[in-house]
Amino acid sequence: MTLLEAILLTVITASTPLLIAAIGELVAERAGVLNLGVEGMMIMGAAAGIAVAITTGSSAAGVAAAILAGMALAAIFALLVLGLATNQVAAGLALAIFGLGLSGVVGAPFVGVPREGIGKIAVPWLSEIPFLGPVLFRQDPFVYASFALVIGVAWFLGRTRAGLVLRACGESAAAAHALGFKVLRIRFLALLFGGACAGLAGAYLSLVLTPFWTSGMTSGRGWIALAIVVFASWLPWRAVAGAYLFGGVTILQLHAQGAGVPVPPQAMAALPYVITILALVLIMRARGGGSAAPAALGTPFVPDR
Amino acid sequence: MRLVLEQRAETGWALRLLSPLLAVALALVSAAVMFAALGADPLAALHAYFVLPLSDSWGLQEVAVKATPLVLISVGLAFCYRAGVWNIGAEGQFLVGALGGAWLAVATHGGAQGPWLLPAMLAAGALGGALFALIPALLRTRFGASEILTSLMLVYVAELLLDWLVRGPWRDPAGFNMPQTVTFSPAATLPLLAEGGRVNLGTPLTLLIVAAAALVAARTLKGFEIRLVGEAPRAARFAGFDAKRVTWAVFAFSGALAGLAGIMEVAGTLRQLQPGLSPGYGFTAIIVAFLGRLNPVGCLVAGVFLAVTFIGGENAQIMLRLPLDATRVFQGLLLFYVLACDTLLLYRLRLLRSAPA
Amino acid sequence: MPSGSARILSAETPLLEARRLTRRFGALVANDAIDLAVRAGEAHALLGENGAGKSTLVKMLYGLLQPDAGQVLWRGAPAALPDPRAARALGVGMVFQHFSLFDAMSVAENVALALDVPEPLPRVAERLAAVSSAYGLPLEPAREVWRLSVGERQRVEIVRCLMQDPRLIILDEPTSVLTPQEAEGLFGTLDRLRAEGRAVLYISHKLEEVRRLCEAATILRGGKVVAACDPRAESAASLARMMVGAEVGAARRADRGDAGPVRLSVHALSLPPDEPHGIGLHDVSLDLRAGEVLGIAGVAGNGQDALFAALSGERAAPAADRIILDGAAVGREDISARRRRGGAFVPEERLGHAAAPAFRLSENALLAGHATEGFAPGGLVRRSRLLGFVDRVTAAFDVRKGPRDPEARALSGGNLQKFVVGREILRGPRLLVVCQPTWGVDAGAAQVIRQAILDLARGGAAVLVISQDLDELLEITDRIAVIFHGRLSAATPTGWTTREEIGLLMGGAATAEAT
Repeated sequence: MTLLEAILLTVITASTPLLIAAIGELVAERAGVLNLGVEGMMIMGAAAGIAVAITTGSSAAGVAAAILAGMALAAIFALLVLGLATNQVAAGLALAIFGLGLSGVVGAPFVGVPREGIGKIAVPWLSEIPFLGPVLFRQDPFVYASFALVIGVAWFLGRTRAGLVLRACGESAAAAHALGFKVLRIRFLALLFGGACAGLAGAYLSLVLTPFWTSGMTSGRGWIALAIVVFASWLPWRAVAGAYLFGGVTILQLHAQGAGVPVPPQAMAALPYVITILALVLIMRARGGGSAAPAALGTPFVPDR
Repeated sequence: MRLVLEQRAETGWALRLLSPLLAVALALVSAAVMFAALGADPLAALHAYFVLPLSDSWGLQEVAVKATPLVLISVGLAFCYRAGVWNIGAEGQFLVGALGGAWLAVATHGGAQGPWLLPAMLAAGALGGALFALIPALLRTRFGASEILTSLMLVYVAELLLDWLVRGPWRDPAGFNMPQTVTFSPAATLPLLAEGGRVNLGTPLTLLIVAAAALVAARTLKGFEIRLVGEAPRAARFAGFDAKRVTWAVFAFSGALAGLAGIMEVAGTLRQLQPGLSPGYGFTAIIVAFLGRLNPVGCLVAGVFLAVTFIGGENAQIMLRLPLDATRVFQGLLLFYVLACDTLLLYRLRLLRSAPA
Repeated sequence: MPSGSARILSAETPLLEARRLTRRFGALVANDAIDLAVRAGEAHALLGENGAGKSTLVKMLYGLLQPDAGQVLWRGAPAALPDPRAARALGVGMVFQHFSLFDAMSVAENVALALDVPEPLPRVAERLAAVSSAYGLPLEPAREVWRLSVGERQRVEIVRCLMQDPRLIILDEPTSVLTPQEAEGLFGTLDRLRAEGRAVLYISHKLEEVRRLCEAATILRGGKVVAACDPRAESAASLARMMVGAEVGAARRADRGDAGPVRLSVHALSLPPDEPHGIGLHDVSLDLRAGEVLGIAGVAGNGQDALFAALSGERAAPAADRIILDGAAVGREDISARRRRGGAFVPEERLGHAAAPAFRLSENALLAGHATEGFAPGGLVRRSRLLGFVDRVTAAFDVRKGPRDPEARALSGGNLQKFVVGREILRGPRLLVVCQPTWGVDAGAAQVIRQAILDLARGGAAVLVISQDLDELLEITDRIAVIFHGRLSAATPTGWTTREEIGLLMGGAATAEAT
């Protein structure tokens, strides 16, 4: 394996959880709900995933548990912002704090328990292609899943009627309601999808990337996923670009540290966060002040019945 | 049958007072359930959490020590949130404030120190926090970048900056390679209120600031301006108030208070810089601000309550082997309930039978 | 329910019938045992003031709201309307007043969303083109809605409704956003629909229109049916009497001599739009004299917001000398500075712009008066002064409210508007710029407000009224100019122009000719 192949492989593994979490949040935001609690749902996915995987010995069960944990947290959030029309920013913060705490409680018995990571799946024949093969077709299932998700979401939002209805809810809840759509139900489903994706992304962290549990192991990836959605202008394919940009930066700084670049390691470690800020600024500048956000994003809706 | 929300025309003051109390009650019930689920006796756990910290002088002093930064930060955040400005990076501003003040203490250690040092440290702390907070304010007003994400990202940057300083340039040469600065000299230390006690001058200072902030919020045009910008931005423009200026002002103010809290924690309680010098005060203060209904006096009460949970959590860990993170779960739950109960201020819940077909 | 024989559909059986339909919101009974019958092929008017309960009633007929009591019959049979889908399935279509369109989506997507049997987008676009050409309502399926004019948006709503092949079409205040000529076009379309045997339920408060268009009318007041009549047999005045429940007078105009010196003067003012889909100002000039009321007519969304923002100082002009107030170049001054010079302003949106909904009236007084009225000397708010001011506005403008100092959202539209206008007029301004002074306000409040505006002008103030209500402008202004796509026509004396001429300008015709 060449160095370039190795770097590309690590970039893919660093980017995949960001991509999965971002694509889920993207769907929720296209429906008009801003869920800032991605970090909380993600880390709950990580904790629940490894707890169940170790207890049952089954990675599949762990992944399922992670998805369910993410959805459960999303359901709590939905109860607040949809059922009780609370402020979405504040409720999202609460979800992040709650998820970080609960993951610590759930994960406590499993601290330091090592575990075999989920292996890679080689696509027969295709993985034999020189260079491209090992990079693209000898990956773990999550990588394939992340691209399946992007394709699926892009198709769903752009080509299906259900996707059209979902976007309508994100543009104007009142108008969608006037046409007879169940805005709150649609937003609820979108939130559940976002939670499932965040949970899945969390499972990737604790079952593949670093196959053991440490408290706070998401280290801000949920927040970066939120930034990716903004960076992607709420378009699924651009989320891929965003996720790989941030994943690439993470790996770059690791390699630079390894290569002995004469910069304090803390400065390198801060790079992904600084790049996130820079990317947000640059994308806002590029848009010239205009917003690509769904018009109703973050606005609570109470149907008068 | 379904539950629906119906808008209230008016919100009575009794309800405003009742809502946070109801939230606390609900959170306590949930906490009891959680403790039971973790295999602890719920009553014993609640006792360890909420009664023990208040039952002796040492505990009370400890509560005051922990409440001081929480209250100070949350008062600043309350102004931000009233203005609809989402500063969630107070943790970073706290750390940078601590760094700004500590820099003076470290630089003058063993050299020219005098009575000027402590006030200068406090000022440098407030200034550091304010300047750090103005970064997201600038990015917001100049480029429209979400202050939620930028202020949070800067927390990680601040943590790494602190880490670098205490392991690198500012490390105590005589500290056996431990990642910490020198222990501050008495001239760089906030005096204790009582000899042998734990509470330092920072606590009364915080009370003064709360009183001043309460006056500004309730009685001044500036307080009105901040509230109006958050509540109805278009009406604020009509009133002649500049939302950008308010964004700068509340970011600077909350950053300064968080920075002041940081340097007071370092100069009063810890007396040196070390990594992990905050147990998440900046994040917990968000909950304090909401539980205090974004009102400075409310923040004072709520800050004391959450300080109790910090100490109670440590008690419960030692006595009942409950994980320390249980405290964070409780805090998150509390914020959920506070927000849910706030809905009752704007809406009444109505039980609706499905229409007969 | 009537006994079995009612099921037989005869010529006498109404297409749609509401029986004792009742709906409450909290303590308010919005609809109190409403009876309504619409026959097939009939144009039926639903008349009433704002707050009479018209919207609540049609929302129930369209399945958007559920009645607390009473029932709806369709062709004589009881019908359940749990949601709009059910209403559409029966054959009820609705054209909303505040259009239920999605700005960022294309016309075809907007139409597709309303189809209950999903169709692929290309098919929708095809059928859309067919329907729109059949009814003479041209539309481009691929165009995004935000690019459309208000009239075109209404066309989208109507075509979307027609693609369901409805038997009953509900139109909520359809002409309130149209030019007179566009309204004529709409009437033509409606005549066609009726010729095809479709019924129209037409909500309006424009009585002449109703007398021309409809052969039956149901009149609501305070949530109850007060009359059912044939509007063609009534006069506009008698209809108004039934709607309001009292004699409605026009505002009394004072006989005046010549207007005074020029107080406000705008020179070649251009302003970019402040939002991506907005309309800015192009080369706007006007002169406004003391003692004069100048009207700015125009269809919604033609730059009125930008004009108000520029005149009030919410947005600064590119150069100070673009706007002259009493001889001083004030273009760069903010709204507080212009208030100190005697300016007073009433924006269009009551809740959220003129007033903060969750704030008390005293705080809303502070909102507009902090710069001029001495409410907060040294930055400290004096609550007693605010309450005194609120009491004075309440007394002078008959603002009806429960407590002394309620939250703004607790007031009815008319009473809040009286407060918002009174708050400005009581300060004795030298210049008043007011946007849509009586939009969505009951007749009584509208009369109080119009009279106050005229009295203010008679007292020597200069008044600029920006309104979409042409009748209102014809009633109270001395001169009228028209704004279209951010350009302002020259002002002409109100008596010298006809509705038709103004209507043409509102539609964008002959702007160049007029200047």
